[in-house]
Amino acid sequence: MNKIDITVIRYDPENSPAPFEQTYTIPYDDEMVVLDGLNYIKDHVDGSLSYRWSCRMGVCGSCGMMVNGEAKLTCAVFLKDYPQGVQVGPLDHFPVIRDLVIEMDDFMDKLRAVKPWMIREQEKPVEEGEYLQSPEELQLFRQFSMCINCALCYAACPVYAADQTFIGPAAIALAHRYDMDSREEGQDQRAKVIGSHEGIWECSFVGECSVVCPKHVDPAAAIQRSKVQLTKDHILGMLWPWGKS
Amino acid sequence: MDALKCDLLIVGGGAAGLRAAVAAVGVQPDLDIVVVSKVYPMRSHTVSAEGGTAAVLRDYDSHDLHCFDTIRGSDYLADQDAVELFVDTAPKEVLQLEHWGCPWSRDRDGRISVRAFGGMSVKRTVFASDKTGFHMLHSLFQHSLRFARIRRFDEWFVTSLLVDDGKCVGVTGLDLATGRIQPILAKSVMLCTGGGGKIFPFTTNGNIKTGDGMAMAYRAGAPLKDMEFVQYHPTGLPGTGILITEASRGEGGYLFNREGERFLERYIPGKMELGPRDILSRAIISERQAGRAFEDRHGEYVHLDLTHLGEKVINEKLPFVRELASKYVGIDPVYQPIPVRPVVHYMMGGVSTANDGSTPLEGLYAAGEVACVTINGANRLGSNSLTECLVFGGFAGEAAARHAQSTGLVDSGRVRAAARKEEQRIEQGFLHREDGTERISGLRGEMQTAMEKGCGVYRTRDSLLETTRELAELRERFADVRIDDRGKVFNTDLVAALELDFMLDVARCIAGAALTREESRGAQARVDFPERDDEQFLHHQLSLISEEGPRLETQPVTITRWAPEERKY
Repeated sequence: MNKIDITVIRYDPENSPAPFEQTYTIPYDDEMVVLDGLNYIKDHVDGSLSYRWSCRMGVCGSCGMMVNGEAKLTCAVFLKDYPQGVQVGPLDHFPVIRDLVIEMDDFMDKLRAVKPWMIREQEKPVEEGEYLQSPEELQLFRQFSMCINCALCYAACPVYAADQTFIGPAAIALAHRYDMDSREEGQDQRAKVIGSHEGIWECSFVGECSVVCPKHVDPAAAIQRSKVQLTKDHILGMLWPWGKS
Repeated sequence: MDALKCDLLIVGGGAAGLRAAVAAVGVQPDLDIVVVSKVYPMRSHTVSAEGGTAAVLRDYDSHDLHCFDTIRGSDYLADQDAVELFVDTAPKEVLQLEHWGCPWSRDRDGRISVRAFGGMSVKRTVFASDKTGFHMLHSLFQHSLRFARIRRFDEWFVTSLLVDDGKCVGVTGLDLATGRIQPILAKSVMLCTGGGGKIFPFTTNGNIKTGDGMAMAYRAGAPLKDMEFVQYHPTGLPGTGILITEASRGEGGYLFNREGERFLERYIPGKMELGPRDILSRAIISERQAGRAFEDRHGEYVHLDLTHLGEKVINEKLPFVRELASKYVGIDPVYQPIPVRPVVHYMMGGVSTANDGSTPLEGLYAAGEVACVTINGANRLGSNSLTECLVFGGFAGEAAARHAQSTGLVDSGRVRAAARKEEQRIEQGFLHREDGTERISGLRGEMQTAMEKGCGVYRTRDSLLETTRELAELRERFADVRIDDRGKVFNTDLVAALELDFMLDVARCIAGAALTREESRGAQARVDFPERDDEQFLHHQLSLISEEGPRLETQPVTITRWAPEERKY
């Protein structure tokens, strides 16, 4: 079996104030993903290595890390693609709890801040059946409903790096998912949240968030479309201050 | 030792747990509800469910037909009053989730779409592409965020139930971020922790599915029911066990052997690829034994062929299947058949509950895969389990909330002492012990091998006795377990040891119940007792804790309108 060096950027707050690197040499084959490498280390070499994982099929969103400096789901990248060895670190721009485990509190707060639930002036009783929605209407927001909350986009976002009060790509994509849903009437409430911070205006067209997104959610598109909508609302608000058409 | 307190404590934040939390808010808007989970809720294993969720929504369908399909699928071991309640409530729950935003796939006229599924006589499986569980979980989670009274303790590992004077009065929890172990006291406790596929070596289940809730209930004296029934899904990817959804057959996929035959003709000609999972998994194994399977370094497999469906259908209805097959086995199902083999997927058994989710232990409730009501009996039909999480999660959440309204918090010296004892068990038994020699992964691997070898698809008295013996030996060796990690902060090594501890108990219950059921029914296939035996075994088996391991009792099956008959398709 071939061998590969996996260098892990570790952090152990109880014993050392600073992060440190540790390299493990392990056997691997063509089918092993980076996460399998970490599991090999944990099972056979060093049980103290800490990281999150569960589904190993790219849908639970737990195992995002920096892999050779790029934000990746470690269950979705293969060791064979790093024949020179691989460096694994915690996601950039987040406080680290331990080894590869980052603090998610800020991310979770931001998801909630955009009110990611159905807002309607009048609720239809369930007994009256579903809200009809055509496949085309579903298609308008489907892509933005695919986010697995892996937070790779925050690790790649230059605006979030500079200013952590920026609400960020995943949260804006989530807001957009609800805004674009034909069953929804909460756009104004979400616009207040998203438009209240200048972060969204600082977002350039870099689109790093969409590059790293493992589910092709394209948060950059959601951000640009939200900007257009906010601008339109603002102009309409000036022209017709008594209410938009 | 500080104690945290709430009215209703829900352990687990998957579909059942979140549905229960929202239902509890409906009972009393200012109820203090805590959802405690060892992961963030959106990581819960509901997320991996793909194919769909069953409910009678069409005029051509009927209550009785869904009931009959479910009962026949269960090989007549489902409790028929529970099935009727389930089928009755399912449409309302699916529509409710639609109102909460779930992006169900739609027909041209805007109605919720339905697709065919194994063992279902008509199209009644509602779906969101082939990521149904993912969308249900995220919709429920996002909906739950609007309720400030639902507090969350994310990444807390619950280690035991606190029982006082015959009542469940709370749990002990390990806060992963700090390593602190604390009692969380509650008027009602509800388990929604899912199944335990990780007891077996080859499973569709995520790493977190370690039977925690089942083991904790068992240790607290609550009975586990029908533990012998473990479902093998017929189509997992070789090597990884990644699930290839039954919807790929529901949409028209075929299974082929090495000789190019649609071999199900031999086993279930009336249903073919839309047969129930127990029969299809056994058919694939029979093909292997007859030398008609393919083989590579991951073992023997058959082909799931979707190529005739065409790229458009695959992209619209099965995009995740295409993504998974392409990424993990290098096969594009538009052009090539997918290699598949049976894989451990689901536990029909679990904590025995009444239809309202209550257990024989006062104050303790359960719903979802961890529970056994049972609508699944000896074999669950695909797409009934997500609906089960909604229906019985809802009922149990309401019942647990009402129980919380009717009783007080128990915060006695005895309870505090029990919590301190649990803290000592973990700190002295695991964290601070210096002399352990057994690696967690070694013991876990041996347990998994023993379970597959002796307690897999086919079982015999001898194989089950051997597995039971091996499990007893592993339990002894576990006393000598070593953990590498002595830290308090996010100690996943400690969690893995505690999970293995749970799995060893659940494994014992599975093997024990399989041994005493001397018949073949649903997922239990005994080579030495190949026939179903209603005379002797048309009953549930309850596993209760005792000094010598699980002690078995029987409980009658509730039959309402469908008399047991030969299960024919």
